[in-house]
Amino acid sequence: MNNRAVLTVNDLRVYYDTPAGTVKAVDGVSFDLRPGERLGLVGESGSGKSTMALALMRMHKPPARIAGGEVLLDGVGDVMDLDDEGLRRIRLDRLALVPQGAMNSLNPVMRVRDQLADGIRTHEPGDDRDALTARIRAQLARVGLDADVGGKFPHELSGGMKQRVAIAIGTSLSPSVIIADEPTSALDVVVQRQVMETLRSVQEEIGASVLIVGHDMGLMAQIADRMGVMYAGKLVELAPVHDLFTNPQHPYTRLLIESVPTLMAKRALASIPGAPPTLINVPPGCPFHPRCPSAFEPCDSEVPLPMSQNGRVVSCHLYPEQAA
Amino acid sequence: MTAFLEMTNVSKVFSAGIIRRQHTVAVDDVTMTIDEQSPSILAVAGESGSGKTTLARLLLGVIPPSSGEVVYRGQSVDDLSREQRRTYLREIQPIFQDPFESYNPFYKVDHVLTVPAKKFDLAASREQTMRLIEEALDMVGLQPAETLGRFPHQLSGGQRQRVMVARAMLLRPRLIVADEPVSMVDASLRATILESIRRMKQDLGISVVYITHDLTTAYQIADNILVMYKGSVVEAGSVEQVIRDPKHPYTQLLVSSIPQPDPSLPWGAEGEIAGDPESMEVAATGCKFVDRCPVAFEPCSGQRPPLYHEHPSRAAACFQYDKSPALEGQNLDVVFEPQLTSQAAGGSGEPAAN
Ligand SMILES: Nc1ncnc2c1ncn2[C@@H]1O[C@H](COP(=O)(O)OP(=O)(O)OP(=O)(O)O)[C@@H](O)[C@H]1O
Ligand SMILES: Nc1ncnc2c1ncn2[C@@H]1O[C@H](COP(=O)(O)OP(=O)(O)O)[C@@H](O)[C@H]1O
Ligand code: SF4
Ligand code: SF4
Ligand SMILES: [Mg+2]
Ligand SMILES: [Mg+2]
Repeated sequence: MNNRAVLTVNDLRVYYDTPAGTVKAVDGVSFDLRPGERLGLVGESGSGKSTMALALMRMHKPPARIAGGEVLLDGVGDVMDLDDEGLRRIRLDRLALVPQGAMNSLNPVMRVRDQLADGIRTHEPGDDRDALTARIRAQLARVGLDADVGGKFPHELSGGMKQRVAIAIGTSLSPSVIIADEPTSALDVVVQRQVMETLRSVQEEIGASVLIVGHDMGLMAQIADRMGVMYAGKLVELAPVHDLFTNPQHPYTRLLIESVPTLMAKRALASIPGAPPTLINVPPGCPFHPRCPSAFEPCDSEVPLPMSQNGRVVSCHLYPEQAA
Repeated sequence: MTAFLEMTNVSKVFSAGIIRRQHTVAVDDVTMTIDEQSPSILAVAGESGSGKTTLARLLLGVIPPSSGEVVYRGQSVDDLSREQRRTYLREIQPIFQDPFESYNPFYKVDHVLTVPAKKFDLAASREQTMRLIEEALDMVGLQPAETLGRFPHQLSGGQRQRVMVARAMLLRPRLIVADEPVSMVDASLRATILESIRRMKQDLGISVVYITHDLTTAYQIADNILVMYKGSVVEAGSVEQVIRDPKHPYTQLLVSSIPQPDPSLPWGAEGEIAGDPESMEVAATGCKFVDRCPVAFEPCSGQRPPLYHEHPSRAAACFQYDKSPALEGQNLDVVFEPQLTSQAAGGSGEPAAN
């Protein structure tokens, strides 16, 4: 198996400059995305997931800025160094984003087929009319939509169908990396599963890798191969999904898993005590220390560095000693 | 003894289109009682468009039924006197999905608390009003000092939603109708808000209608559940029976679609019919679920299945259970726990245990 990463993120930092101070929304995140894998990224609201998703594509807008780090795209180089023309060429073609709330950001006055044609035409202007029509039809079929959906406007479609259209647009040029930000958060369970299965089948068909951003632990358990957990702008744990759920190492990951309600047992709804920090004033040392039940002497002063062992990366002073 | 709130054969039909009128049966023949003596949490579940919000609006008296009756303390909601309507509007309080929409951005959050306090004369003095407000905020785990005096945008989504829960509690209602109260808040805050809703029942004896499309939280906080599909109740009963051992193929589909936080468990059901549920038409006759049902058989396209009482605390509207007696008058009360002694006495004989 070719294990060379398609995307390598090194020490990425994305900050927002606001009148109240600098919001360190992504603060030193590193990970790699392997060929064909589905990498899930979870974290509570405001932990920096969307900021990172946008920044990977250089689609972040001011007051956000890249404060450091690199994003190496296989065969291209550092995305952070590309000029506008370079960026235009890789977007959609190599790196595609299905943004958070994509189904609500479709152009309301444009037919679905024209929205699909737009992306294809800018990258492959050579296609004639018939070829284009055939491609649009094939792309709709790929996401499980009938050809006649192409003639419709977004308001004529259900939420699940709109999300499929967003996926069709994002994957129309068979990118090698798909970044999907909360692709199904607004959908009902049945439709959510159908749309996720569609995303999975499209991804497998074109052989892409996906970074799926979300906060539903159940969904991630079902869809991801590996999973990362973000807290206060940092990636605190990254592990194969099975290992993460059966043997979480970071105290935050453990509490997060314990607080997921299930159908297995009726019990008091657990929540993690305390509130996440504002990212202007991140606590010194480990950002989780004010809420961490295992905090000890170095935690409030020394930042735990990511430690790697057995395919798992954990940023906690207890790791790797804690290994059960 | 008159019940607190009753729905008898309540339906709501919306008509749209001027030339070709289209009729949507948003709520189709619902009969149930919400009792005051034994407060409980009733979950109303179903996918988008199944009629959950319409049912809530009918309970709240925001819209009148097209047929059937909503009866408040023995009196049809349509015929309440001014004074009765005022009490009705205080005794049943809503909590909506989007905590932001319930606020006026130009007023401090205090506004949503002081206005109803005044409107319903809750307190004799300003000091007393403030004390009630602080008590209510306390109950939902908010610090009054850190909450009052702020504008809505200065609170997080979870805090805003908890203020709405506090507002509902402040009015000392008998029933709270919460329409997807946590679907817009983060998973980590969901537990806190649901806990405060559960405390309303436990500590204050308030009944709750909890509307959701999330069966997991329904299972965690509710006593009973009613599952809707295209306006009809397809299954109802105790959460233990309905969610742990669903009988209607639609409920089975919903339960198997919940992604479990365990990578070794399966996701989805065998033999599922593909297609986008939101855009599927409802058959004019027969079971509304027939186009999506993996086990449909001959009788299914002929008639609408009634609710069969196939377990003491569960009923399912599916012909697979036609050996069991149908619920008398489609009345759901007999399958809900705790059962009303008055109603159980007049029940339709021994339901077939399954
Ligand atoms: N335009 C902006 N200006 C200033 N700060 C911002 C801006 N956008 C986001 N932030 C801040 O950056 C941090 C990360 O936000 P981000 O949207 O990336 O979170 P998220 O993890 O995607 O959350 P969610 O789960 O709610 O989508 C938050 O503290 C947020 O308040
Ligand atoms: N005011 C209205 N006018 C016309 N149709 C409506 C109206 N409100 C709801 N409906 C229709 O009634 C059905 C049930 O809707 P709703 O009660 O909002 O469902 P839910 O809350 O379960 O998503 C849907 O088909 C919806 O389009
Ligand atoms: S470093 Fe310390 S405070 Fe941080 S998660 Fe580990 S034990 Fe807890
Ligand atoms: S009545 Fe028939 S079609 Fe309807 S749910 Fe039961 S088996 Fe399926
Ligand atoms: Mg986001
Ligand atoms: Mg609704």
